[in-house]
Amino acid sequence: MSLAFPFSAIVAQDEMKTAILIAAIEPAIGGVLVFGDRGTGKSTAVRALAALLPPMEVVAGCRYNCNPDASPAACADGCTLKAGPRPPKRQKVAVPVVDLPLGATEDRVVGALDLERALSHGEKAFEPGLLAKAHRGFLYIDEANLLEDHLVDLLLDVAASGENLVEREGLSVRHQARFVLVGSGNPEEGELRPQLLDRFGLSVEVTTPKDLATRIDVVRRRDSFERDPEAFTAQWAKAEAKLRRRLGKAKERLAEIEVPDHTLETAAKLCMALGTDGLRGELTLVRAARALAALDGDAVVDDSHLKRVAPTALRHRLRRNPLDEAGSTVRVERAIEELFGP
Amino acid sequence: MSAAEGLPEPAPAPEPAPDPSVRLFEAALTAARLFAVDPHGLGGVALRAQAGPVRDVWLSALRTLLPALAPIRRVPLHVGEDRLLGGLDLAATLTAGRPVAERGLLAAADGGVLILAMAERAPGSTVSAVTAAMDRGVVSAERDGLTLRHPARFGVVALDEGIGEDEGLPAALLDRQAFRLDLERVAPSDAVVAEAVIEAEGGEAVAEARGRLARVTVGDDVAEALASTALALGIDSLRAVILALRAARAAAALDGAARVSETHARLAAEIVLAPRATQLPMAPEDAAEEDQQPPDQEPPPPEPPAEQEEPPPENPDDQNQDDQRQPETMPDLDELILAAAAAAIPPNLLAQLQLNRDRRSPGRGAGKAGAPQQSRSRGRPLGTRRGLPRGGQRLALVDTLRAAAPWQPLRRRERGPLGPDANIDAGKRVEVRPDDCRITRFKQRTETTVVFVVDASGSTAFNRLAEAKGAVELLLADCYVRRESVALIAFRGTGAELLLPPTRSLTRAKRSLAGLPGGGGTPLAAGLEAAADLADAVSRKGQTPILILLSDGSGNIGRDGQPGRAAAETDATAAATRLRLAGHTTLFIDTSPRARPKARELAAAMAARYLALPRADSLTLSNAVKAGTAALRPTG
Repeated sequence: MSLAFPFSAIVAQDEMKTAILIAAIEPAIGGVLVFGDRGTGKSTAVRALAALLPPMEVVAGCRYNCNPDASPAACADGCTLKAGPRPPKRQKVAVPVVDLPLGATEDRVVGALDLERALSHGEKAFEPGLLAKAHRGFLYIDEANLLEDHLVDLLLDVAASGENLVEREGLSVRHQARFVLVGSGNPEEGELRPQLLDRFGLSVEVTTPKDLATRIDVVRRRDSFERDPEAFTAQWAKAEAKLRRRLGKAKERLAEIEVPDHTLETAAKLCMALGTDGLRGELTLVRAARALAALDGDAVVDDSHLKRVAPTALRHRLRRNPLDEAGSTVRVERAIEELFGP
Repeated sequence: MSAAEGLPEPAPAPEPAPDPSVRLFEAALTAARLFAVDPHGLGGVALRAQAGPVRDVWLSALRTLLPALAPIRRVPLHVGEDRLLGGLDLAATLTAGRPVAERGLLAAADGGVLILAMAERAPGSTVSAVTAAMDRGVVSAERDGLTLRHPARFGVVALDEGIGEDEGLPAALLDRQAFRLDLERVAPSDAVVAEAVIEAEGGEAVAEARGRLARVTVGDDVAEALASTALALGIDSLRAVILALRAARAAAALDGAARVSETHARLAAEIVLAPRATQLPMAPEDAAEEDQQPPDQEPPPPEPPAEQEEPPPENPDDQNQDDQRQPETMPDLDELILAAAAAAIPPNLLAQLQLNRDRRSPGRGAGKAGAPQQSRSRGRPLGTRRGLPRGGQRLALVDTLRAAAPWQPLRRRERGPLGPDANIDAGKRVEVRPDDCRITRFKQRTETTVVFVVDASGSTAFNRLAEAKGAVELLLADCYVRRESVALIAFRGTGAELLLPPTRSLTRAKRSLAGLPGGGGTPLAAGLEAAADLADAVSRKGQTPILILLSDGSGNIGRDGQPGRAAAETDATAAATRLRLAGHTTLFIDTSPRARPKARELAAAMAARYLALPRADSLTLSNAVKAGTAALRPTG
């Protein structure tokens, strides 16, 4: 494959970049949805993410990206059991960022019988699908709003349960599939089903930059990347390495970040003021704020973190108020202003 | 209209133009040359023209200009995903006894051009498969138990045979194509003349340009000028600027220039940016400048113009983005290019644009009212998916057998010679299992439910009510023929009442209409609320509601049922806004003897079509509604 455009070279779109980094730091947030205008670098940013992620440890040779420290019963292949009493062999691999292409068929998504082995050896063997590949990594759906309904249902089920259950051709396979869902799309081409919308922890609205200097920057960087991808990537290698270190440190630090009670209270107040359904909003808001603090190198989550992540964490959770013409972003901002003062 | 302002006579801009038809086709050939230099980089050409000699000439010219071995693949309108993306080659698989993948059309077009036939009607799935491949230069598919990944660097010629303004190419595709050509007004004779030119010219110049392309440099000033031109013309998408930059580079390569000059940038602005303009550049001093420009604005013919003056001696090869920008160093270039682009804006473009904007009001968006939806058992087939034929879904026999075929050896072996049906020769039987079952998916236009919201209050005269009833009955007969449902909400006194839930039954409708009483206050807000609720319910059921409101638009009962004109009006406006935001299609028929601006305002608040019918009998009323709804009805 050709080189990906470096993440750190993406001009502006700070909200999107931060949201993607937060989702990478804290997988429990439940992914990011990037919705917005055409040609704003949505796909570019997601595809660039792969290069930033520090490698993860898996059981060597396991087809399900099993964590060597997880309980041995978890793997469908029994990878940790094969090694016997000794600890399994470890291997460092890149965190998977799996693309779910449009037009993918169900058998490739959930996994199916291995066609090759069935045809040539007459054997029944399970061939894991994209969900297995994405385990412990990211599953990227470009144009998530155009995804076929039956695939959406399937993804929702797996994303909710964290495991994939396949019953086909007399095979019964159950394997873990915990992944961060990253979706992108253009609202003009169709809306996202509310159930799927709710699955995403964070939601970002991207718009085309209107400021001339930014636009020129975008065009120029894109142009020099296309003319000489290697040179361009090399030129950005330093910035990429810096960002990678920052991301890695944030991941390590995440558990130590303190969330004081009054911050929790503020988060709850904000969610109440906005009338978000359920507790998921609050939980996501606090988790996102904590990940942001980790990214910033702060030890304690404070109001400024909440303020910065609130629109991203909450805007897609508001009940639609048909009488309010302002978009949900404006409503979140208004609530923030009321709560924190201007 | 305003197209004439701020611009020196835009239409006849370049010189005593020859014949517009000749010029149009020459411009189209210029685009073909540029496109042939870098098909993948420039994305493609949106070609609006009916099938005919002109389009054929253009396509054959393109063929001449492309490398001899470049594949040109034509994608038919209803291409299946398996053919587009690739998949399992069943015949080869069965013969070889191992999975054999088949390349799809996208992969086959690698290094060449993909022609999308009737692209204005292409289904969303086809378009997104094509655009995804355009973006990445790779086609990837996860199908039939295979993971396929092939290079797919192609340009797309999208044939747009749309008639009229509301048919056009999908925006996702247009955004990625550098060129938009309209050959509708080109005379075939002119095209044939031009064909000879291209044939004489051959593909050599373009081939040489292709070789030079990678070495052409672009100064920062050109990128800046193109970006600011795009901004001034109201072009949001940054892809447009990037495509314009590539077009300028291709133009320079065609010229044999080592560096993009002002001429090339101007050409790119004219040909790539101008057709995308959504506004005219505003600044008055620009307009003054432009007055001196027209003589230079002759669209540079593609072949000859040796680069005129070199752009300023700014370190040309510098690709360092940290390099300081000097925004004001070359104001001239920015203005020159903007002027060129502005002059090239088709005169009627902005008028059309306004039309489009009106058309794309909420409610016409995909996935909402009027959108085609997938139904289980009727409509046009949309491919198949795995599943059992339950609930009236139809088994796709051929696809089921296809799905079963590769597994036959395995299954036979598994069952052994003495299976449950050992008396039948097991070797000759196709074993189909539930997992193989494929069902056909269909796409169907949604059904329409016409909701009448009738003002039955005293302010609407009693006879109006009778006319409304008559009109509903007449329409109902018509709807029955079209198999549409009708519902009726009446509002009077203190609230609204759903007198007729959505139905197709004529007798039932007549019965509930007969008992419709009149008189009392006008709880307009309540009526609109009830209408919005019903419309929401209808769209949740997957049908498209069309609301027809018969009222004089002056409510005097608030939502709480209390009299008070001011509160009633506020509430009515709020309810109207709700209707608009929900994107429901609405027709407001003003039944008051003298139409007042207030009713019109209310109609605007709900984004309704407004129709004043002060003296309507049931026949005129029903005719008006028919005409009105025909316009509102989702086109099929």
